[in-house]
Amino acid sequence: MEWPYKNEIDIEETHECDVLVLGGGMAGCFAAIAAARDGKKVILVEKGATCRSGAAGSGVDHWESACSNPCSKVTPEEIAKAYIDEQDGYSNGIAHYIECEEGWHRLLDLETFGGKIRDTEGEFKGADFEDDETGLMFAYDYENRFTLRVWGSTFKPALYEECLRLGVKVFDYTEATALLKKNNKGIGALGMNVRTGRFMIFKSKTTVLAMSRPARVWLFDSDLVGLSEFRPTQSIGSGHAMGYRIGMEFTMMEKSVQGEYSAAGRSFPAYSTGNNHNTWYAATMIDSRGVEIPYVDRDGKELKTVKERYYPAKGQKFFLKGGVIDNPKYEYRGPETLGFDELMKRGYKLPFYADLTSMPESERNVIWGMMVGEEGKTKIPVLQNFKDRGFDSSKHILQSYGTGWQSANFLPQERQLFGAPGGIFIDWDLKTNIDGIYAAGDQLFACDCAGSAAATGYYAGRKAAEASEKYEIIEPERSDIEAEKKRLYAPLYVKDGMNWKELNKAISKAMQNYCGGIKNDMLLKQGLDLLDTYSKEYVPMLSCDNPHELVRTHEVLDILDVSKMILNACLLRKSSSKPLCFDRSDYPEMDPKEDNFFITIMNNDGVIESRRVDKDYYGDVKTEYEKHNQDYMNLAKEKYYGK
Amino acid sequence: MENKKEFILKEISSSVMPVVYDPEKCVHCNSCVNVCQVDILYPRKDDTPIVVYPGECYYCGCCVMACTHDAIKLRHPLMNQTKFILKSDVEK
Repeated sequence: MEWPYKNEIDIEETHECDVLVLGGGMAGCFAAIAAARDGKKVILVEKGATCRSGAAGSGVDHWESACSNPCSKVTPEEIAKAYIDEQDGYSNGIAHYIECEEGWHRLLDLETFGGKIRDTEGEFKGADFEDDETGLMFAYDYENRFTLRVWGSTFKPALYEECLRLGVKVFDYTEATALLKKNNKGIGALGMNVRTGRFMIFKSKTTVLAMSRPARVWLFDSDLVGLSEFRPTQSIGSGHAMGYRIGMEFTMMEKSVQGEYSAAGRSFPAYSTGNNHNTWYAATMIDSRGVEIPYVDRDGKELKTVKERYYPAKGQKFFLKGGVIDNPKYEYRGPETLGFDELMKRGYKLPFYADLTSMPESERNVIWGMMVGEEGKTKIPVLQNFKDRGFDSSKHILQSYGTGWQSANFLPQERQLFGAPGGIFIDWDLKTNIDGIYAAGDQLFACDCAGSAAATGYYAGRKAAEASEKYEIIEPERSDIEAEKKRLYAPLYVKDGMNWKELNKAISKAMQNYCGGIKNDMLLKQGLDLLDTYSKEYVPMLSCDNPHELVRTHEVLDILDVSKMILNACLLRKSSSKPLCFDRSDYPEMDPKEDNFFITIMNNDGVIESRRVDKDYYGDVKTEYEKHNQDYMNLAKEKYYGK
Repeated sequence: MENKKEFILKEISSSVMPVVYDPEKCVHCNSCVNVCQVDILYPRKDDTPIVVYPGECYYCGCCVMACTHDAIKLRHPLMNQTKFILKSDVEK
C-alpha cells in the first residue's frame, strides 16, 4: 500500500513561543488555557488529536476532591491532609492541595466551554446524590459531597475548542522527543510529525511537561499492544524519559505495584466486569446462588440499606474512596463489602456478580448509563457494546472474575505504575529542578485522576506564563538539533533489523526478571547491565518502514531509559517500604526511620545523583498555597464565587 | 544523511479486528482517522479508511463517537467479552 501522507524526512520547521506545552491531555489543555488567558503566545504539542487524546479523551465520570464546590462540607485542607496521611506521607501534598482547592474552578471553566458538569435536564432530580438547587451530583460520600459525578465525554472537545478560541497554536500528531536545555534552563523542545516525519523545533521561554506516566515497562503484549496497560497505547512516559535525559529530578520511581489492569493479559477491559469500585461504587454484589454480599462499615457493622453505603460511619466525619485509595486506614475507611476470606468462611459461592437490578432506579441508572458511559473507554466499548449484546441493567447481572474488584490475578513480577506512582519532583510553582520547565498531571510524582490533572495543569500553565516574562528566547545549539535528528531517523535506514516490539518484549521480560516483586542489589544491577547491552548492541539494530512505526520505535527507546531510571531508583533505597510497595530480600527491614524520606534521582550526564528530602518538604499545605497564590485567590473569589 | 527513505505501509497481522466499517454507510470523511490518538486508521481514496495497526487499538471508541454516519462498529476481543446472565436464572 501507498503511504497516505507526505514524506517530509529531513524537512525542518521552527516555531517560537512564550509558553510551550508538551502533551494535549487534560493537564496540557488546561496549562495552555491558563497561559493563553495571561496573554502569552502558547504552543501545544500533542502526539494524537487534542480533541480526544489522553487518558480522559473519551471521558471521565468522577471529579475527585472538588472540595471548594458550594455543596462540599469539607475543606481543601482536610481532604489534602487526609490523602497525605493515608499514603504515609509518600504523597504529593502540593498537587493534592491544588486539586482540592482549584479542581472545582476547572469544572466551572469547563462548563463555560460547553462541558456538562451538572444535571441540567433533571434526569436524576430527587436522587440522594443530587443537590436540588445546583443540579450537582455526588459520588461516594453523599454526606460531604466533595467528589462529583460529571459528564466527562463532553470535556476534551470543549477544551480543544477553547484552546483554539484563545489562539493557542495546536500541533496535533506531533511527538515531542527531546527537551532543549542551556545552562540549566529549559529553552524548548524537539519533535517529529508522526505522519510525515517532518522534524519540529520549538523554542520557548518556559515549558510545561504534561505528558503521561510510564507504561509498558513490565507489561507488554506484542499482539494486543493497545491493551497492554490502562492508559492510551502511546502514553508510555516519553515526558519522563525526556526529562531524565537532561538531568530532571524524579522521586518515588522505586514504587511499582503488582498489576491491576492489563486487558491484554489477566484482566478485562476496565469497567466491563461486575465490581463495586470507582465507577461502580456502591453496586450491589451477589454470589452465584443469588445471595447478597453484605456491605459493612469500618467497624464491621452490616449495613441494611443501599443508602447507608454512601454515608460515613457513626463518629466519622468523612471517608475516602477513589483512584488512589485501595485499602484505606481506619480513619478514612468507607463502607465496603465483606473481605473475601470472610465471605469464603461464611459459605458464599463464586463467581460473584454485580447486581444492579435490585438497586433503586436512580442508583442503577447513574452507574449504568451515566457513569458507565461518561467514564473513559465506556460509552462505546462498554455501554454500547453491552446494549448490542442485549444487556439490560434491570434484568441482567454482570460477572466478576477472580476474587476481588479488579477481576484479575496478576503475578508479583507483573508490575505497573498505577495509583499514585513516582514522577517529577516539583516545588510550589510546580517547577522542576530545571529553570523554565514546569510539570503537571500524570508526570508529577504521586498524582492521579482527571481533576488533579486539570488543576495542576492550569496551575503549572499560569506559573509558566508568569515566569516567561523574565526570560528571552535562547537559540538552541545546532549540534543538539543534529544529534536528535540523527537519533530519531536512524531506524529508517537500518536494513533487515529488529522490530520495536521485539525490544519492548525484551525490556518487559528483563524488568519482570530483575525488578519483580522481590528486589535485591544483585538482580537490579544485572538488570541494568542487560538493559545497557540492549542500548549498545540492539538499539542500533532497530529498523522500521514508516513514520508511524518510527514513533513506536522512539517510544521503546523512552521505555528503555525509564526502565533504567526505575532500576537505579530501586538501587538507591536500601530498605523495604510498605507504602511504596517495595520489597527487598537484601534489606528486608520495613520503613526504617533513617529511610523515611523521599529519595530523589537525577541523571547528570550518565552519573546517577540523589538526595533525601523530608516527606513534608512542602510545609503546611494551606499556608504555603496561600503564600504562593494571592493573586489567583483574589481573582478566583470574583470569578468563581461572585464575591 | 543517506538517500531519502521510501515509506512502506504493510498491513500488520493481528489476532483481533477491533474496528469494522460498514462500506454502505461510510462517506469517507475521515473524521475517525483524524480523531484516533493511536493513529491506527489510514485514509484511502474513495473508500473506507483501513485499520492498519489493529493490535495497537486502545478501544476508547472515539472513532465511533466521531462518526456521524453510524458506519463504525467497535468490538472487544472475544476473550474480553465479559459474561452476563439473567438475574432470574440465578434465583431459580
